[in-house]
Amino acid sequence: MALLEIEQLTIDYGPVRAVDGVTLAVEEGSVTAVLGANGAGKTSLLRTISGLERASGGRVRLDGEDILGVAVEDIARRGLAHVPEGRGVIAELSTEENLRLGGLWRGAQAAPLGDMYELFPPLRERRTQLAASLSGGERQMLSIGRALMARPRVLLLDEPSLGLAPLVSAQIMRLISSLAVARKLAVLLVEQNARSALSIADRGVVLNLGRVVADDAARALADDEGLRRAYLGF
Amino acid sequence: MSAVTARIRRPRSTLARSLGLVVFAGAALLVASEALGPYDELQLANGAYYFAVLAGLTVLIGLSGQISLGHGALMAVGAYTVALLIGDERWALVPALLAAVAVTTLVGVLVGAAATRLRGPYLAGATLAFAVGLPALADKYTSLLGGENGLVINPPTPPSGLGANFPLERWEAWIACAGALVVLFAMNNLVHSDVGRAFRAVRDDEIAASLCGLHVGRVQTVAFVVSAACAGLGGGLLAVVLQLASPGAFALQLSLSLLTAVVLGGLGSIAGAAWGAAVLVLLPGWTNDIAHSFSLSTQVSANLPLAIYGLVLILAMLVWPGGIQGALRAAVSRLRERRAPGARDASP
Amino acid sequence: MTRFIDLTLNGISTGAIYALVALALVLTWRATRIVNFAQGGMLMITTFIASSTIASSGSYWLGFAVALVCGLALGALVERGLMRRVEGGPALNAVIVALGLLILLQALAGMIWGNTPRSFPPAFSIRGYEVGATHVLFAPNDTFTVLVVVAVAAGLAALFRGTALGLKMRAAAFGPEVARMLGVRVGRMFTLGWALAALVGSLAGVLVAPEVFVGPNQFDPILIFGFTAAVLGGLDSPVGAVVGGVVLGLALSYVSGYEGPSLVTLAALAILIAVLMIRPRGLFSSAQERRV
Repeated sequence: MALLEIEQLTIDYGPVRAVDGVTLAVEEGSVTAVLGANGAGKTSLLRTISGLERASGGRVRLDGEDILGVAVEDIARRGLAHVPEGRGVIAELSTEENLRLGGLWRGAQAAPLGDMYELFPPLRERRTQLAASLSGGERQMLSIGRALMARPRVLLLDEPSLGLAPLVSAQIMRLISSLAVARKLAVLLVEQNARSALSIADRGVVLNLGRVVADDAARALADDEGLRRAYLGF
Repeated sequence: MSAVTARIRRPRSTLARSLGLVVFAGAALLVASEALGPYDELQLANGAYYFAVLAGLTVLIGLSGQISLGHGALMAVGAYTVALLIGDERWALVPALLAAVAVTTLVGVLVGAAATRLRGPYLAGATLAFAVGLPALADKYTSLLGGENGLVINPPTPPSGLGANFPLERWEAWIACAGALVVLFAMNNLVHSDVGRAFRAVRDDEIAASLCGLHVGRVQTVAFVVSAACAGLGGGLLAVVLQLASPGAFALQLSLSLLTAVVLGGLGSIAGAAWGAAVLVLLPGWTNDIAHSFSLSTQVSANLPLAIYGLVLILAMLVWPGGIQGALRAAVSRLRERRAPGARDASP
Repeated sequence: MTRFIDLTLNGISTGAIYALVALALVLTWRATRIVNFAQGGMLMITTFIASSTIASSGSYWLGFAVALVCGLALGALVERGLMRRVEGGPALNAVIVALGLLILLQALAGMIWGNTPRSFPPAFSIRGYEVGATHVLFAPNDTFTVLVVVAVAAGLAALFRGTALGLKMRAAAFGPEVARMLGVRVGRMFTLGWALAALVGSLAGVLVAPEVFVGPNQFDPILIFGFTAAVLGGLDSPVGAVVGGVVLGLALSYVSGYEGPSLVTLAALAILIAVLMIRPRGLFSSAQERRV
């Protein structure tokens, strides 16, 4: 049984069907990339899994338990961390406060701050500065670090490379891959930069207009030229 | 070709419709007032000047989306102007009322200009301060404004042409209703005119409106000025009917009651203003009756109308945002649907 | 010169009250982006309850404590039961609901306790301190008031900056969606914010009651002055609320002393308009409002 299972998930915005019967599973210790053009329903998918939006049908199971309809904060407390599109860093709080916030609900079991500073040295330099003053790359590190503070088992990442320089983006991607293995995370990664995502993912799911058009090992997707040209832009 | 003629016909029909409305309402009021006793005539007069204020206020809040908690103070401006002019200067009735409108309009320009920079709670707070602060001026300038006791004026005498026994109360009701009809005509035209549409456009989306060439600040000020003029007339009529202008009549409670009335009646609708006026006039009487039948103390019965206003405001915002007029419209459209089901297009 | 000193001291003590009301308004604004116009009514109710408690028990401090507890409860009740339904919606709706609550509370107070203003004992002596041969316009009770404000400000600062709870509350205020994603029970933080705000408000109520008397409408000016002080300091800023309160208190004290008490509310209005025209964010508001 996979750690995160999504079954026939359907999301409607009024008359518009953003996600249409999507089924996928994410194993512990692996990275699954969700790919596709803008408007393909990728962000809606993540936001519904973490409880921010309502689904019209289907099921989502976290470690065997249904979480559709459960409140956002309760889903977080079951070990699911969502790093949103645009980082979601709280600008009015300092870097350290943002990090601490991530682990508060875990209390004593939270990861020590020192771990995060080791993982992301630039954050240590800026620990007392307001998060608003961080660069794009630093913010991405902050939001990932913040998510890790609670020792999650499932990590949802929405476009982590958006707005980042290619070098920084590649760094973040490699980090995600090693974290997944080292901490046995089930990572669901939404990315527009398909090439970069497929280079670190184990599996890939391609969405088009809300439907799954391909679900295969990442290497197989990367090798499929026709698919790449049609849906992934490279 | 028919589209062009339709467009030409529309502006004229609004004026005609307003005129027809005024004539019809005027006739109805005339007939009704013949049958009423003096107490009810006064109630009618009260309802008329409340309608004058409320029509302007509902346009301000409902159409242009700006809240004002200060219209009680604007009424005070109109009332004191009339009281000063009729009482001390011995002006005639109509010129005094026009002057009241003019003075309050001027104040409205100042308030409106300041208000354009304010939104939501800031505007509410500023107009709240205005409502509490302005009546205090009566204490400062006691010699001119009569202090706590206010200014008294002589009752308006009915013209001799109506007969020697024409009741004073009916004459006061006629004066007030005449003012209300003027406001009805003006506001009904305004609501259906380009100006009314400009109000709505600015309320709904300021950026879009200014991209369409509307000067947002100016439109908002116009809305304030119009509502101030109505409040000035309403206040002037109040002074004539009550023969008194005193600070106690214009405390914060008045402004809050006016707000309740427009919300309850239905924001943005002239008919709603009429419902609101009716509630303001009739509710204290009803609560008194309820208090008597349940043998409630005066302490309770005196505060009952206000308690109901508070509850109404809360419930209206939570449950019943359209007010009375909104509920009526919903009921009518439900009736229409039952008579012609499926007349609406199915959504794609 | 003595007049000026008297007016200044008076300004500080009244300013302390305005600061408390302003703090209450800032707390609810920061928590839920709602200006609680009903705050004047809420602190009026808790002061009435204190008054009845003092009358029946004979103990001032019991009444004081009861007022604070009732404040906490009332704030939580109002947020959870009423304001929760208009949070996040159009600003006008929340304003009207708050005003409706204000009217309702004033009417209920009139029904229960009557409309005649009644007196309320001060915590300490109101006889001005003796300086040389004269008494200044500053008494032990005023010292107490100022100390209360300082304590409240310090307590709130410690809470918000130094505790996990405070961090959660700030996160819920600045980024409610993100906070929820991090497991913060944002709804509870909102309720707690309102409870704290009402507690601060009820402090203001009992402290100002000896001067304004207790009645359904006696606290209306305090609401307006508190609002003006909050806007002056910046609705987002607790520090601004305190500074704004003292500045306003001083300004109004001078106006009252040199021009007469009936112009005070209009002076507050003038200050309010001036601030909103010149620097709408207030003196101390931070420029950052964007979330990234």
